[in-house]
Amino acid sequence: MKWNLKIVELIRPVQRFKTLKPFKSFKALAMLMLLAGGTTTGCRQQMADQPHARPLEPSGFFDDGMASRPVPPGTVPRGEEPGELLHPGKIAGKSAEQLPFAVTREVLARGQERYEIYCAPCHDRLGTGQGMVVRRGFPRAHSFHDPRLLEAPASHFFEVMTRGFGAMPSYAEALPPADRRAVIAYIRALQLSRNVRLADLPPEDQEKLRSIK
Amino acid sequence: MAQIFHPSTNTLSRVTIFGALFLIIGLLWLLAQINRSPYVTDVNVVRAQPVPFSHQHHVSGIGIDCRYCHKSVENSSFAGIPSTSTCMNCHAHIWTNSEMLEPVRESFRTGRPLRWTRVHDLPDFVYFNHSIHVQKGVGCVTCHGRVDLMPLMRQAESLQMEWCLACHRAPARFVRPREHVFQMDWVPSIDQQDLGEELVRKYNIRVEQLTDCSICHR
Repeated sequence: MKWNLKIVELIRPVQRFKTLKPFKSFKALAMLMLLAGGTTTGCRQQMADQPHARPLEPSGFFDDGMASRPVPPGTVPRGEEPGELLHPGKIAGKSAEQLPFAVTREVLARGQERYEIYCAPCHDRLGTGQGMVVRRGFPRAHSFHDPRLLEAPASHFFEVMTRGFGAMPSYAEALPPADRRAVIAYIRALQLSRNVRLADLPPEDQEKLRSIK
Repeated sequence: MAQIFHPSTNTLSRVTIFGALFLIIGLLWLLAQINRSPYVTDVNVVRAQPVPFSHQHHVSGIGIDCRYCHKSVENSSFAGIPSTSTCMNCHAHIWTNSEMLEPVRESFRTGRPLRWTRVHDLPDFVYFNHSIHVQKGVGCVTCHGRVDLMPLMRQAESLQMEWCLACHRAPARFVRPREHVFQMDWVPSIDQQDLGEELVRKYNIRVEQLTDCSICHR
C-alpha cells in the first residue's frame, strides 16, 4: 500500500501544527493583532483615500506606474464585428458609398455634434479646412469641398478617421465606428450644402430661395 | 471678619458666565468657517502641474469642446484625463520647440504618462458618476465653474456634502437642456426655476430619491 503511505507523509505537517498548544497560539495571535492595530490606525482619513485604484491613478504595481492598463493591440470591442472594422463600408472588397444604416435626422444630428467636437478644430464648422488650429500653424487641413473629396467614396473618410492621413492623426479612439459613420453622413451634408443645384431642391425650398432674390 | 470677595467680583462673575457663552458660540462659528474655507476645501487654490495647461487658451481662445479631451464624460463615471497622444494631435505640429511642452514630448517619447496633480478629488467613499449628470442636464459650469476663463485649473466649488445636497434637494435650480451642457456661457432664456421644473419632469429626474444615502454612498 504505497500510496497510502504517501498520504500519511502529506498529512504529517498538518498534524504537527494541530499539536501546538492552543493557549500559546492564541497568545501569539493576540500579540499580532495588537501590533497590526497599533501600526495601521492613525489620524489619517483612510476612508477618503482607500487602497484601491481609481481610473488613471498612479500605481506602484506595474512597471509603467499606471493603474489603468492600456488596451492590448488588436483588441476588438464587444459588439463590433472584426470584419466590419477591417473593411469599413466595403462591399465585396470594393469601396462603397452607402452607410450600413439608414441616414436619419438623429444620425445627422449625432454626426454634426461629433464633427463639431473632433473635426471642426482643424476642418472648421463648414468643412473648408480653415479651423482655428490650422490658423494657429497646423498644416493645412483638406477642404471637404475639394473635387477630390467630393468624389471620394464614404469608405475613404472612414479610413482616414480610423488610421489618420498626412498630418492628421487617427481619431479611432475618439470616434467609435458608429460615430465615424455618422460623421461621414454629416460631411456629405456639408458637401451638399455648397454643391446642390437649385433644381434638386424641393419646390417649396426653391420658392423660398427665389423670394429672397 | 473681612469679606473674601470684593464687591466687583459680582460683575466679574456675570461677565465671565455671559462671556463664556459667547466664547463657545464664537469658537463653534470659527470652526465651521474654517471647515468651509479654502484652507480645508482648496477652493480657488491653484496646484503646481507638470505643464501649466491653460483651459482659458484652449477653450475660449481656440474653441475646443470639453469632450475633445475629456472623452469619456458622456458614458463613464470618470470624465477622463486626455492621453499624451491627444495633446500631440496638435502639438506634434504646433509649438514643437516650446520649453514648456517638453514634459509632454518626453511622455510621448518614453510612454510614461504625465503626472498631473488632481484638482477635483472626491473622497473614495463617495460614488460619483459624470455620465448621469451630463445625461440629466447638469452643465460642466454648474460644478466646475467658468473653466473657460481659468488660465490655471482650480476648484470653483467646495465639493463638500452640503454643496452636493444643495442640488440633489432642488435640481430644478440648476439643470439645463442637454444640448447646452457643454456650453460655458449658457444662460436660461426664461426663468431658471420654471425651465428647471420642466426639465426635471422631461428628463425623469426622481427628486425624492436623490437624497437617499445610497445614491452617493454605495
